[in-house]
Amino acid sequence: MKCDFCDQKATVFLTQLVEGQMKKVCLCESCAQEKGVTDPTGFSLADMLISGTPTSAIIGSPIFSKKRPSDEKKCPHCGFSADDLSRVRRFGCSECYDVFRSEMEMILPGMQMGMCHVGKVPRGQEEKHLHEEKMEQLRTQLDQAIESENYEAAARLRDELRTLETLSPGLSQS
Amino acid sequence: MMRFSTLIRHPAEWMIGGAVDNAVVLTSRIRLARNLRKIPFPGWATATQRREAMDLMLPVIQELRPMKDAFAQSLGGLTAVQKQVLVERHLISREHAARTEGSAAVIERRQTLSIMINEEDHLRMQSIRPGLNLRVAYEALNEVDDALQEKLPFAFDRKLGFLTTCPTNLGTGMRASAMLHLPGLVLSNQIGQVLNGIARLGLAVRGLYGEGTESLGNLYQISNQSTLGESEPQIIEQLERVISQVAMHEAHARLKLLEDEPIMLHDKMGRSFGVLRHAWLMDSKEALNHLSILRLGACLGFFPKETVRLCDTLLMEIQPAHLQLDCGQKLSPEQRDERRAQIMRLHLQNVPSPVTVLSNHKQQQISDSNPSPEP
Repeated sequence: MKCDFCDQKATVFLTQLVEGQMKKVCLCESCAQEKGVTDPTGFSLADMLISGTPTSAIIGSPIFSKKRPSDEKKCPHCGFSADDLSRVRRFGCSECYDVFRSEMEMILPGMQMGMCHVGKVPRGQEEKHLHEEKMEQLRTQLDQAIESENYEAAARLRDELRTLETLSPGLSQS
Repeated sequence: MMRFSTLIRHPAEWMIGGAVDNAVVLTSRIRLARNLRKIPFPGWATATQRREAMDLMLPVIQELRPMKDAFAQSLGGLTAVQKQVLVERHLISREHAARTEGSAAVIERRQTLSIMINEEDHLRMQSIRPGLNLRVAYEALNEVDDALQEKLPFAFDRKLGFLTTCPTNLGTGMRASAMLHLPGLVLSNQIGQVLNGIARLGLAVRGLYGEGTESLGNLYQISNQSTLGESEPQIIEQLERVISQVAMHEAHARLKLLEDEPIMLHDKMGRSFGVLRHAWLMDSKEALNHLSILRLGACLGFFPKETVRLCDTLLMEIQPAHLQLDCGQKLSPEQRDERRAQIMRLHLQNVPSPVTVLSNHKQQQISDSNPSPEP
């Protein structure tokens, strides 16, 4: 088997689960060394390999595939594009995180231990935080009720959601 | 407002230990990254947007209680040497020092609290304490964070926590770290094993000076790698547990060296003392390595206990920008080596030659200066 980066014989094989899909990368000794795959201290392997990869072997996801500029995703707030993201691996503004949420969730496992914040919540946002959590819980229950054709429960949950929504005018983000 | 010279005149209490035991763990540091909602992050913002963000944040920061009479300065208003001095004191980052107009630094007079405006994130704030004391450092910084949150709209997401320019800081936005002096583990060849163990726990460890795996002065920094998925207290607790274990290993390694290889240790003490006391030219590398041995010797009883304090002060004083600030002019590397050796000779004048530390006396002498295991 050949190395994905050059034509040498591959001797290092890296398999990683990304969004439930198996991604395999084959590397020769020197490429593996160069990409830091053999470094025992690095745990964000995907992160290191993704930037500047000349092959589609790793991921065929939107942020890594070239697109024409016209249909490229952009943050409407600050103009930061998907291309910028894959180039600098940083974001343009807080709103970018909403725009590029799916790309974000893909690269996160290589960088962080968890996917969800469990630490400090800014003062004044605790209430909102709890409120949104409750709403999401209800939405999940509603989906389940509909799926199992339990329309009585679904109607009740829908009403509950509506009440919650109207209860939070002051809490909505400006 | 405080002048630069006033800020920098004295070494900060955290640099030289104060009343705290810092034989192995020199300092504990917490850093928090925060950003303003909807305003482009510094790296993506235009110069005007950056300045506007700064004008919004700076007055709020200066109103903070601990920042009354603080040193506050736009980076455009500092010379290259002044910026470098702040970097050498760990008060601003290397990246921040590279910036000019539109970025600023606010530093509390005791230098335990510093805030960088428009570094990689809109705000990078840090709190430092001597010894192993991440919890206290965090509590102090958390209060500052709370006070700022009342006035500034910080970007926060329910799932991703505090939003940062780089996704490696998402969640808590917190980097907790400690600086450790590990000559015992280095001299007994156990350091590689210990560093690998730390890395395997998902923590980051690096030499403070020098590149790659090499560490000058046997100084290492251990910090958390991940910021998302664990709460601040969880991160701090895990780090403190690992760090106190490393500190215990180091303490044992020092004792064991004294028992197993007393001649080697005495030889090292004598040589380092001789060089520091009599050399006329000394580069950073040589200085850091001899200071490290002197510091170890002071902890083991070869030198008076106050020598630890002297070593920690010198560690700052002999760095390039500090040398240049001290004599008020730019120095070539050769001139710096001369100046560095001169400072060493001057300060070592009153340090007596190393005494012989006998292994049957050792327990008593060491227990006075060694870290007790964490409660």
